[in-house]
Amino acid sequence: MISGISIYHILTLTTILFFIGIYGFITRKNLIAILISIELILNASVVNFVIFNTYLYPDMLQGVFFSIFIIAIAAAESALAVSIIVSFYRMLASVDVKDTETLKY
Amino acid sequence: MGQIVFYILAAIIIVFAVAAVNSRKILHSVIYLLFVLASISGIYFLINYTFLGALQLAIYAGGVIVLIIFSVMLTHNIDSKLETASVTSKILAGILSIAGVATTLFAIYTYQFTPVKNFNAIEITDIGTKLLSYERGGFILPFEVISLLLLAILIGAIVIAKGQHLIEQEYKQNQQ
Repeated sequence: MISGISIYHILTLTTILFFIGIYGFITRKNLIAILISIELILNASVVNFVIFNTYLYPDMLQGVFFSIFIIAIAAAESALAVSIIVSFYRMLASVDVKDTETLKY
Repeated sequence: MGQIVFYILAAIIIVFAVAAVNSRKILHSVIYLLFVLASISGIYFLINYTFLGALQLAIYAGGVIVLIIFSVMLTHNIDSKLETASVTSKILAGILSIAGVATTLFAIYTYQFTPVKNFNAIEITDIGTKLLSYERGGFILPFEVISLLLLAILIGAIVIAKGQHLIEQEYKQNQQ
């Protein structure tokens, strides 16, 4: 717990971070740029889990475990997305969303 | 003291997140994301949760960013600029995001949270014993499932990134 900072301050920060990620997800046209926006969204949710755990239920550890699992799944997801992007670039020489009509392996 | 550090970290996070979704050079965008992730690990250190701060630095700043930089290097010319969305779609997305922020903040500020007064720091030994305990409230099953998922992702990423051409070549060599 940070002295002088209430739970509302941190929730405001994570809300703004989440919706910046949503904005990037909608406006970007490039697959890697969309991946960057997804990382922002996932990080905002991880901070939320940890903050709820430490501020409201400090003797429980559930939020901690969920944050660890979210980080593991985010790393796995980005590894798989990068491999799909590289394979896609090899097929079509482009990483734009408008060219992703066929993804047949 | 903690208050000032928190406000500085929050300013860095928001400024660089906006820069990361708006920059026209993809490599700059990745570096801005690195700043955002490092500042978030600073917030974990501020609330005395050093384990997740170290995890964030190791996995995100060390692993995911390097992976994304490699994929940028493999697929982009370093000088090329990204094409931007049209102005109308940017305005629509901006309005949608601001409406989302307003709705969520309204819901947060009207709800009465009751934070506890006595706060004890999270111990790493507690995390270890609870993560591997198979009693009530233990997390051994998700832990095992995650390890299996990581193995599957490892194999799947290799197979997908290798491409059909190379796999067929190898198959023919094995046939002979």
